[in-house]
Amino acid sequence: MIPAAVVGVGQTHHKSKRRDVSFGGLVREAVFRALDDAHMTMADIDAVVLGKAPDLFEGVMKPELYLSDALGAVGKPMFRVHTAGSVGGTTGVVAASHVQAGKHKTVLAVAFEKQSEGNAQFALGSGKGASLGAGGSFAPFIRSYIHRSGAPEHIGWKVAVKDRQNALKNPYAHLRLEDISIEKVKASPMMWEPIRFLESCPSSDGACAVVITDEDGGKAAAADGRPPAWILGASSRSEPPAFPRRDPVRPQACLTCADDVYRQAGITRPREQIDMAELYVPFSWHEPMWLEAHHLADEGEGWKLTDAGETEIGGSMPINCSGGVLSTNPIGASGLLRFAEAALQVRGAAGERQVEGARTALAQAYGANSQYFSMWVVASSLQPFG
Amino acid sequence: MSTSDDIAVVGWAQTPMVRHTDKSEVQLLMSVITDAIEPLGLTRADIDFTCLGSCDYITGQAFSFVGNLDAIGAWPPKRDSHVEMDGAWALYEAWLRLQEGDIDIAVVTGSGRSSTGNPALIYPMEMDPYFLAPIGADPVTFAALQARAVIASGIADERSMAETAVRARGKGTVDELLADDYVRQPLRRHDLPPITDGAAAMVLARGDRARELVDRPAYITGFDHRTECHNPSFRALDDSPSTRIAAEAAGLGSAPVEVAELQAAFTHEELLLRSVLGFGDDVTVNASGGALKENPIMATGLVRIGHAADHIFGGGNRALAHSTSGPCLQQNLVCIMEGRS
Repeated sequence: MIPAAVVGVGQTHHKSKRRDVSFGGLVREAVFRALDDAHMTMADIDAVVLGKAPDLFEGVMKPELYLSDALGAVGKPMFRVHTAGSVGGTTGVVAASHVQAGKHKTVLAVAFEKQSEGNAQFALGSGKGASLGAGGSFAPFIRSYIHRSGAPEHIGWKVAVKDRQNALKNPYAHLRLEDISIEKVKASPMMWEPIRFLESCPSSDGACAVVITDEDGGKAAAADGRPPAWILGASSRSEPPAFPRRDPVRPQACLTCADDVYRQAGITRPREQIDMAELYVPFSWHEPMWLEAHHLADEGEGWKLTDAGETEIGGSMPINCSGGVLSTNPIGASGLLRFAEAALQVRGAAGERQVEGARTALAQAYGANSQYFSMWVVASSLQPFG
Repeated sequence: MSTSDDIAVVGWAQTPMVRHTDKSEVQLLMSVITDAIEPLGLTRADIDFTCLGSCDYITGQAFSFVGNLDAIGAWPPKRDSHVEMDGAWALYEAWLRLQEGDIDIAVVTGSGRSSTGNPALIYPMEMDPYFLAPIGADPVTFAALQARAVIASGIADERSMAETAVRARGKGTVDELLADDYVRQPLRRHDLPPITDGAAAMVLARGDRARELVDRPAYITGFDHRTECHNPSFRALDDSPSTRIAAEAAGLGSAPVEVAELQAAFTHEELLLRSVLGFGDDVTVNASGGALKENPIMATGLVRIGHAADHIFGGGNRALAHSTSGPCLQQNLVCIMEGRS
């Protein structure tokens, strides 16, 4: 496998409704920022990989066709990925694969969602208006987690407050709740027991883009004083939606994917060797669940890290310094935003939310009924563990 | 000559291609994956990577591909991906993935049940949502615009289009077909594709595994795809530069191909693509009947690669397969396969 590195990251400002831009304008905003960050133009890009969640969200079938011009893809290979909520992550994994396979030198990965121009609830219900909604699907898993781990109810509230406070340090984040507090979260309406309104993700318009290049490109960027984020491992795993003994609290696909990405990266002690993680946490309780399913905490112990403040910026395992999906959720882009934030952190380019001395970072996205998982581990050097 | 990293098509299967099936997409995939792997002596446990090609809009349901994991038998969990594109692009992703060198066997699929919807209503949804989709221009309308351009440039005429239809479908005479009324001038019914339900599955293998599985693997020696600007009115419709670039990048110029399978849903598209690719009478094009005979959306391109691979399995030396997406051949893929003695 050929080494690959992230040398450019761009994202839009996220809002409930980006009425100032078309779909094309939205992706362009992220693409320009990523290219500027990489000191490149479209002429340097050999292929484009586009990801987004169901086309029914916006009502545009195969939007990569319409977006070919805005993406600067005319005359180039353009590839369209869709793996449900994990798609932003898979977009990063597939784009990395374009480089790691030796087929392309430099690839642009873009993911977006412009939910305000469609009706996601309609699409989630397969157009029949009978949707549980994502919260309704995941609440039973969360109740099961609480039952099994004995976690106290304030854990979810703490995650909600932490991620919203982190979002205040991220100029691109959607929700900016200056006065967020445990009391406010606790007092917010119950949506899907035990998930309250302020423990839930918003619905955002937004896009994210990253430029991935090969070893020479990564080294050239480093020599130019622009640290690359080396992709040490990238992986995806999926499992079927439902069958007896499937464990959606600790999905086998998540465990296997984490094992694979750690093996590629040479990580044997994730709790010590990973400096920060961006995990896909659309509902607060996913933080302790995913800490456990990524071996960042022992089984049943994830909530204790959260409770002790270890997952805050400044803690021993900072999670979602960007504000996470809880603060910004353009569904198709949410996974790539995680991947991009991990890259920013190890490049030392995360601004006010920077984890001091972050050398290795894990990013994860999941999708559908907690079945699709994609992850990457990035680092500030090709051999961070000596 | 071969190396341990060569990647080859080693088998494929397709479902019956019908106007309408009552089987679900999962059922179609369940059977076609089995049909593709069993003759090779493989089980689902042997599959290292899967990539599925399908389209929610064709199925009429968001996340329609998720249930298809049951057909793969993704337990224990699989390295798996999905493209909202024809299965030909799923094959491209698998081909890239195998080049990383750590896994050996991939299965890709393309599936679509067009009978559940009305293409004339669905396809305008793939157009630019602000300017083109609202006018409701359907694929036949855009194809007619392209056909006019292709005729005007002398690449085709109504007679050669009718000849293409007769050859593809093996029925009727040219004069009978030309006596029909127009659907959209200059297109008549015979110039249009049928509506088809169906699925295809293909097995890719790397290095020694390919040679163990079959006597004559269809080695992929070139694979490329390109897109063009979306709005057909900004393109020269009597040309297909993206096909030409993809074919060049795939190495078409380095040696002649004996057969070609082109995803041409309309008669004039086949004539245009032949011209762009520079094929003379020495290249057998769409001996299978092509998309004019069976057009299982999201599988049509993968089926082209399958028929081209069959030529290699049967002793042929070099074959080309093509797939397309978007209005008036916006996006094009070319896959070249070779056999080795």
